[in-house]
Amino acid sequence: MAPEPPLLTMSGITKSFPGVRALDGVDLHVQAGEVHCLLGQNGAGKSTLIKVLAGAHQPDDGTIVWRGDEVTLRSPIAAMRLGIATIYQELDLVEGLSVAENVYLGHESTSAGFVVRGRDARASTAALLKRLGHDEIDPARLVGDLSAAQQQIVSMARALSHEVRLIVMDEPSAALDPDEVDNLFRIVGDLTAAGVAVVYISHRLEEIRRIGDRVTVLKDGRAVAVGLPAKETPTREVIALMTGRNVEYVFPERPQPPGSGAAARPEPVLSVQGLARDGEFAPLDLELRPGEIVGLAGLVGSGRSEILETIFGARKPTSGQVRVDGRALRPGSVRAAVRAGLGLAPEERKAQALLMLESVTRNVSVSSMSRFSYGGWLDRAKELRAARDATRELSLRPDNPSVPVRTLSGGNQQKAVLARWLLRGCRVLLLDEPTRGVDVGARAELYTVIRRLADEGLAVLLVSSEVPEVLGLADRVLVLREGHVVHRAPARDLDEHRVLDLVLASGQHGPTHTEGPHSPATTEGSPAS
Amino acid sequence: MTQPASPARPVTEKSPPADGDKSPWRSRVARADVRTLSLLGVLAALVVIGGVTEPDAFLDTDNLQLILTQASVIGVVTVGMTFVIISGGIDLSVGAIVALASVWATTVATQDYGFAGILFTAVVVGLGCGLVNGLLIAYGGMVPFIATLAMLASGRGLALEITDGKTQMVTVDGVLKLGERDSYVLGIPPLVMVFAAVTAVGWLLLNRTTFGRRSVAVGGNAEAARLAGIDVRRQRLYLYLLSGLCCGIAAFLLIILSGSGQNTNGNLYELDAIAAAIIGGTLLSGGRGTITGSVLGVLIFTTITNIFALNNLETAVQQIAKGAIIVAAVLVQRRTATT
Repeated sequence: MAPEPPLLTMSGITKSFPGVRALDGVDLHVQAGEVHCLLGQNGAGKSTLIKVLAGAHQPDDGTIVWRGDEVTLRSPIAAMRLGIATIYQELDLVEGLSVAENVYLGHESTSAGFVVRGRDARASTAALLKRLGHDEIDPARLVGDLSAAQQQIVSMARALSHEVRLIVMDEPSAALDPDEVDNLFRIVGDLTAAGVAVVYISHRLEEIRRIGDRVTVLKDGRAVAVGLPAKETPTREVIALMTGRNVEYVFPERPQPPGSGAAARPEPVLSVQGLARDGEFAPLDLELRPGEIVGLAGLVGSGRSEILETIFGARKPTSGQVRVDGRALRPGSVRAAVRAGLGLAPEERKAQALLMLESVTRNVSVSSMSRFSYGGWLDRAKELRAARDATRELSLRPDNPSVPVRTLSGGNQQKAVLARWLLRGCRVLLLDEPTRGVDVGARAELYTVIRRLADEGLAVLLVSSEVPEVLGLADRVLVLREGHVVHRAPARDLDEHRVLDLVLASGQHGPTHTEGPHSPATTEGSPAS
Repeated sequence: MTQPASPARPVTEKSPPADGDKSPWRSRVARADVRTLSLLGVLAALVVIGGVTEPDAFLDTDNLQLILTQASVIGVVTVGMTFVIISGGIDLSVGAIVALASVWATTVATQDYGFAGILFTAVVVGLGCGLVNGLLIAYGGMVPFIATLAMLASGRGLALEITDGKTQMVTVDGVLKLGERDSYVLGIPPLVMVFAAVTAVGWLLLNRTTFGRRSVAVGGNAEAARLAGIDVRRQRLYLYLLSGLCCGIAAFLLIILSGSGQNTNGNLYELDAIAAAIIGGTLLSGGRGTITGSVLGVLIFTTITNIFALNNLETAVQQIAKGAIIVAAVLVQRRTATT
């Protein structure tokens, strides 16, 4: 029998957004009836790729061949007509409509052209739900009244209400309990048995091993591995592909081995005592001294960003304290943290840090306006001078702080955020994925900047999904797994393999915490319904 | 070289290599100028239309004074509204606040305190309503649309309760005199001077103070503003206070203009003020807007009303024309806006 032509062949897909190249020549080959897993860190380009496949983004370059013919997916409807359905992580259901109305939204069965035939829709929706193993969902109920898991089923029913040959599922298990995940896998099995291909996106590697046939790994907008066998490829290799480097960097040198000459060590500027948030991370103790870079390593969902945001006061802790120079900060107050000298460069730079309509100057000066204002009256010359000095110190390009911040590249936007805190005179810098959305070539410069800031006396707490980044930049490393610190060590005593082992290790290797947040082990053993 | 970059100065800095086209900074300045210039163009065209259709009546000094006087009341309200919209909010209660402030300031009891009593009451009632709005929105977590809609309803109700539907005539000579020709300075009515002063203060507040910067930051990206250390809630409270203050001032101007206080005052001011701000280039989603644009928007609307009245056209036609202008202005802005 001749080998079947692939169902879908995407080749050389390239897509740029202002400031960053999201996809850089990505290939994806999907066979009918397979579960093809798409892996990658946040920002690796998975979302952009599936949006191209769903017709929501138009690629700048590259070809899409669908069942032997080259196609252009001009719109989501065009993709749907070909039989490509996408179930997004952010469910795209209308809460105020019923289950059946959602399933048939946009392709309602009508008589006389406009009268919606609700009863037919309800009957066929009920049939779809039954096929999905969820006939307890009433097609007439409002979607807003359903649980997250049930909404996911509705989303899936909507996908199946079309003639579908390929379903893209973006982290479908993220909101599900273990027995619901089993049901999801059964559905995926039924679909593939019927010849439908599934592109499955997940961070949970054990799921990929359970149901995946082949794996494509994205990193920094490139496919670093295409079509690996899902069951045979060692987990470590997959993780190394996701977190590793495709370019070797020379990280800036550490000034002196930390920990030597304890007498000379400065007092900690930041100390975190028993800080915890229910369901996010377990009590954490941490000290940060001037000139030191401490890294938090862990996979997505390990509580890394939550820890930074809680230290910064953007989230209110359940318990514990943050002290700067020994003085406790008011919990849950960003202003208190900023006043005490903390600065945060958040993961979602555009949504959480930048004023995209404004100039670089105004983005840089926003946290320290009192320094160039007298009774609320701005000295704009002084402001511009200060912003220019701060951005020059970080070699921000272009060397003109009057340009709108949105015209900058990702790396320079990050420098604008850093300049904001420098100008403020910040003493503790919290960096959440500082090189996310930064072109690979521009990262080394950012590393040099971060190290130089530390050498000048800043204390830096660094979060990154990329293990080599944490190991290369930090002096000390805390390894996180599911909200717990499972290991602390100087960075030079760790290597990538050791960290991956710690990050992936199953429960019994870690320290025993009696009150773990949201431990899935407690629900796993319970009998189903 | 340490001077602040002013739009009029040519760009001397090295242009960024943004996609090889012209400097984005320059194009942004150009866009701002285009917007202001096109509004000025529309206003000029209206003056020409007025001058051609009713050459004697329109260009008469009295008529021009009338246009500016009528623009003053709604103009002052619009300055406050512009700040609120720039910060990502909306104030539907401005008309009701103007009504409430104007009737409270013209009760017999208040008028006993004379000129100062009327001015003080109008301003304090405006600030008080703004305070309630601000507290509900900033600290009560209410959506601005709902909170100010509630203020609209109860403000109008309270104004009716106070007047019992009757017109309250002003008997304080000092107030009435301000509306008369004798008090014009160099041909400029005092009301127009107040409008000019509020505009100037509003412009300086928006462009030259930390208050203005914070307003823009809150409207452009509230989460980023919060994480940058701005007290977003307090800023929101101040913004609704400012809008209330403007309504109080406008109520006082209206008392001078009409020589009375009525519970029907300020009818639909909320719509006129929002419309003027929007055609002036303020983004309804917040983060961008100018006082100049809003004031030009007010002048355009007032001039249209005047021309239509002089030509004996019905109010209905006026309103259709206003609607068309709003649509046209927003469509033009969408085209010139960045993607």
